[in-house]
Amino acid sequence: MQRESIRKQTLSKKWEDVRRGWYKFSRNPLSIIGLVVVCIILFVALFSPYVSPYPESAGKFINFYEASQPPSLTHLCGTDVFGRDILTRVFFGCRFSLMMGATVLALIVPAGVIMGLIAGYYRGRWLDTVIMRITDVFIALPPLILALAVCSVLTPGIFHAMLAISIAWWPWYTRMVYGIASSLKSEFFVQAAEVTGASRTHILFREILPNCIAPILTKMSLDMAWIILIGSSLSFVGLGAQPPTPDLGSMVADGSKYLPEQWWISIFPAFAIVLIVLGFNLLGDGIRDTLGAEGG
Amino acid sequence: MSEPLLEIKDLHVWFKVFGGILKVLDGVNFTVQPGEKVGLVGEMGCGKTTTMKAVMRLLPMPPAMIPKGEILFKGKDILKARQAELQQIRRKGISIIFQDPTAALNPVFTIGTQLQDAVRFTESSGENRAKENVRTRAIKVLKEVSLPDPERVLQNYPVQLSGGMRQRVCISMALVSTNELLIADEPGTSLDVTIRDQILRLLGELVEKRDTSVILISHALGAVRGMTDRLYVMYAGFMVEMARTEDLFAHPLHPYSQGLLAATPKLTGGGIGEGIDGRIPEYIDPPKGCRFHPRCKDAMPICKNEKPPFFKVGEGHEVACFLFQNYR
Amino acid sequence: MITLINSILTIEQLKKHFFTYQGIVKAVDGISFSVEEGETFGLVGESGSGKSTVAYTVIGMYKPTKGKIVYRGRDISQESVKRLHTLKKEIQIVFQDPGTSLNPSRSIKQILELPLKIHNISKNHKSRIDKVIELLEMVQLPVSYMYKYPSMIGGGEKQMVAIARALATDPSFILLDEPTSALDVSVQAKIIGMLIQFQKEFNLSYLFITHDLSLMRNVASRVAIMYLGKICEIATASEFFKNPLHPYTQMLLSSIPVISDEEESLKPKKIISKGEIPSPVNVPPGCSFHLRCPKKMDICSRKDPVMTEVSKGHTVRCHLYTK
Repeated sequence: MQRESIRKQTLSKKWEDVRRGWYKFSRNPLSIIGLVVVCIILFVALFSPYVSPYPESAGKFINFYEASQPPSLTHLCGTDVFGRDILTRVFFGCRFSLMMGATVLALIVPAGVIMGLIAGYYRGRWLDTVIMRITDVFIALPPLILALAVCSVLTPGIFHAMLAISIAWWPWYTRMVYGIASSLKSEFFVQAAEVTGASRTHILFREILPNCIAPILTKMSLDMAWIILIGSSLSFVGLGAQPPTPDLGSMVADGSKYLPEQWWISIFPAFAIVLIVLGFNLLGDGIRDTLGAEGG
Repeated sequence: MSEPLLEIKDLHVWFKVFGGILKVLDGVNFTVQPGEKVGLVGEMGCGKTTTMKAVMRLLPMPPAMIPKGEILFKGKDILKARQAELQQIRRKGISIIFQDPTAALNPVFTIGTQLQDAVRFTESSGENRAKENVRTRAIKVLKEVSLPDPERVLQNYPVQLSGGMRQRVCISMALVSTNELLIADEPGTSLDVTIRDQILRLLGELVEKRDTSVILISHALGAVRGMTDRLYVMYAGFMVEMARTEDLFAHPLHPYSQGLLAATPKLTGGGIGEGIDGRIPEYIDPPKGCRFHPRCKDAMPICKNEKPPFFKVGEGHEVACFLFQNYR
Repeated sequence: MITLINSILTIEQLKKHFFTYQGIVKAVDGISFSVEEGETFGLVGESGSGKSTVAYTVIGMYKPTKGKIVYRGRDISQESVKRLHTLKKEIQIVFQDPGTSLNPSRSIKQILELPLKIHNISKNHKSRIDKVIELLEMVQLPVSYMYKYPSMIGGGEKQMVAIARALATDPSFILLDEPTSALDVSVQAKIIGMLIQFQKEFNLSYLFITHDLSLMRNVASRVAIMYLGKICEIATASEFFKNPLHPYTQMLLSSIPVISDEEESLKPKKIISKGEIPSPVNVPPGCSFHLRCPKKMDICSRKDPVMTEVSKGHTVRCHLYTK
C-alpha cells in the first residue's frame, strides 16, 4: 500500500525528469531542428517501400522512356540514366545508410565500451597497458584510410565496408570510456562499493557504466553522421555498396559523370548526405547539452 | 548618525528556472556604517552569497531578477548605476574576497600577472600604470599580507602556493586599491584551523590599519566572534536578527539564532544540542508568512500568515519575530 | 604499546608510504593505538596529518607499507580484496564528502540495497525492500526518498543515507572520516545525535576523524592528535582538553574559534602559529614539528622523540617529556 504509492510517486518523478530534460533540450532551437531532421530521415528510412513514389526504382529497373528527366511534377528529383526515380533511390539510400550506421554502432559500442571499462578499472596494471596500446595503434591510423585499405584487400561489398568501418572506429569508444572509468575508479562511491565486497562485474556495469551513458549517447549520435559519411565515401570510390543497391555515395559518384547538365543525379543524394550529417550532429549537440556530457 | 556606507533596502532577488521562480531573497535589509565591521551569519543556502553578489552586481541577469529593492552605496543606488559608475565603485569603493581562493585565481597566469592586472585596473592615470610603479605596488601589497619573499611569489603560479598563501594573495588583490568596503565571503573556510586563524587575524589588522568597513560572512558563529562589531543572522533569504556581537552571543532572541548557538559544539563538553528540526525551505514554494515557522517550536498562527518586520528589543538589537511584537 | 583487554581494533606501528615522482610521501609513519569496544576514539589533525589515510588503510583501500592492523585478535593488514568476505560486513566507513560517496546515477534504494545483496542479508526482494525502509526510518528520512537520486537531496540527507548504508550490514566498527565537516551546524547536531544513539543501541565502536576540536570534545572518549603522519599525543578527552601537553596540541587548541567567554577561558594561552604546514613529502629531520614549535630545543632538530607515558592513559611524543 505504502509501497504502491511510493512507486506511483517514482513514475511521476521520472516523467518530471523527462519533461525537465525536454525543457533543457528545447532551449536551443538548433537541437530541435536536429531532432526534426533525424525524425524525418528515420521515418523515410523505415517506411521507404511505402512512401517512395516508385519503389521499383530501388532495384533492377530500366525504363529508357523516362531516363534523364530533370525534376518535374511526376519525378520530384528527376530520373537517372536508367530511368530510375531519384527521390525513391534517395529514400532507399537513407534507409541503407542508417542500417549501415546502426549495424556498425551495434558492433563497436558494446565491444569498445567493455574494453574501455576494463582498461580504466585496471588502470596502471598490465591489462590496461595491453588494451590501451592496441587501441592507440588503431587510433593512430586515419579512419578513412584504414577503411579503404581493409576494403581493397577484401572483395568490395557492403558487408566488408561495415567491417572496415568498425575496425577503424571502435577504439574511440574505448578511449572515451577509459578516461571516464579511470577517473571514476578512485571516487568514493566506487571505493565504498569495493570495501563492502561488491564484485568486479557489479562495479564495472552497475557503478561506473551508468555514469558513462550520457557521453556514450552523445557520441553515438555524432558518430552516426561520421559513419554514414565514411560509408558514402567508400561507395563513392566503389568499395562499398555495389550496383544496383541504392547507396547515397555511389549515387553521387555515378552522377558526377553527368555534371553539370544532369545535375539532379548527384545533387539530391549529396544533399541527403548533408542533411543526415547535419541532423545527427545537431541532435548530438543537443543531447550533450541536455545530459551534460563530455562526448568525444 | 552619519549616512550609512552601504544600505540594502527590502531587496528581493528571484531566479527563473524550470518549474517556476526561485524566490531566494525576500526583503533583505542590511546596513553598514563607515568604519564598521559587520558579520553576516547563516547556513548554507540562506542567500548570503546571493546578497553579496547582488551588491557587486555579479548576478547573471537572466535567470536572476530583482523585482524590488534598492542597494545604496554612499547614497546612490548601485542597481541603477550605469556601467561607468559601476566600474568606479568596483575599483575604489567595494571589493570582495571570495570563499575559495583556488577557484578565484586563474590557474594559467602567474600571481604577478593577476596582481598587476588588478593594480592596473584600479588606476586610471597613465603614470601610475607604468610597469615599474605597478610592480612596486604589487610587491608592497604582498608584503602587507605578510607573504614571505614577495618577488618570488609574483613569479609563482597559484598551484605552487599553499591554500593559506593563495588566500593571502586574494586578500592582497582586494586591498590593492583604497577601498571603503571589503566583503569577505567565508575567508579561510576551506583552510586548516591554524591557518584560518592567521588569516582572520591578518584581516583584522589590515582593517584596523586602513579603517575600512568590512562585511564578514560565515556559516559558523565562532568565526565572527571577536572580529565584528555588529552581527546579522540570516535564514532563507531574510534577516532574522541583528544585534551587537556581544549581545547576540549573550542573549540570542530569535528561535533560529538560539537553535544555532545551541547546536554549536562547545569546548566545555556536555554534548551537542538537538539541532533544528526540518530543512531549509524550497525557494520555489516558500512558506507563507515567516519562512522559519515550519521549523519553529514557538510558531503562532500569525507567523503562518504575515512576514514579521524587525522589532526593536534593545539598543541596536532587533528581531524579526512576532514573539517580540510587544516587547518593551 | 598499550593493548587494552577489550580492544576491538589495534594498530601497531602502522606505516603507509606513497611513492610518487616528487619523492616518498610518508602519509602515515609509524602510529600505534587501540580502540576499545563500544568507545569512540577520536583522531584529530590538520590537512597532511595522515588521519584520512589511517582510515583508508584500516578499511582496506590501501595496503599497509608496514605494521599491523588487528581486528578482534585477527591480523587484517591487507587490502580489502584479499580480506575475508565476512569481515567486510563488520567494518564500515562513512566518507567525508557526501557529494561523491553516493553514486549519482543510482537511486537511494539501489544504493542501500547493495550491501544487503552482497552479504545476502535478506532472503528475497520483498524483505530487502522492507529492510531498506527500515534503514531509512532509522535515519529519520522519509520513505519516499527511496526512489530519489542523490542529486535531489541535500548534503545532510546524503550523509544520512551514507550512514544508513554503513549500518545496513549490522557492523561492529565504523570509521567516520569527517562525517559532518561539509555540513551546517544544525544538521551536524542532528547527525551526531543520531550516531551517538546508534552507538548505544547497537554497541558500535567508532574511529571518529575530524579537524574540529570543539566537536571532538563532545563526541570522543579518547583522543589522539596527528601531525605529519605521526601521533603527538593520546589522552582521554577530558585530560586532552584540560591538560594538553604537546606544543602542537596547545597551538591547535589556542586557535579554535569559540562562542562563549567560558570556553575562551578553557583554551590554553594563545600561541600564534607561525609558518605553513609542511607537506608530507618534505618531512623535516628530527621531530617533524620542530620548525613551528615555540618550545623548540636543540635536540628537537636532531632526534625524533618517542611516545612516553606521562600519566595513566596519557602519552606524549615530545622531548620536553622524555625522561
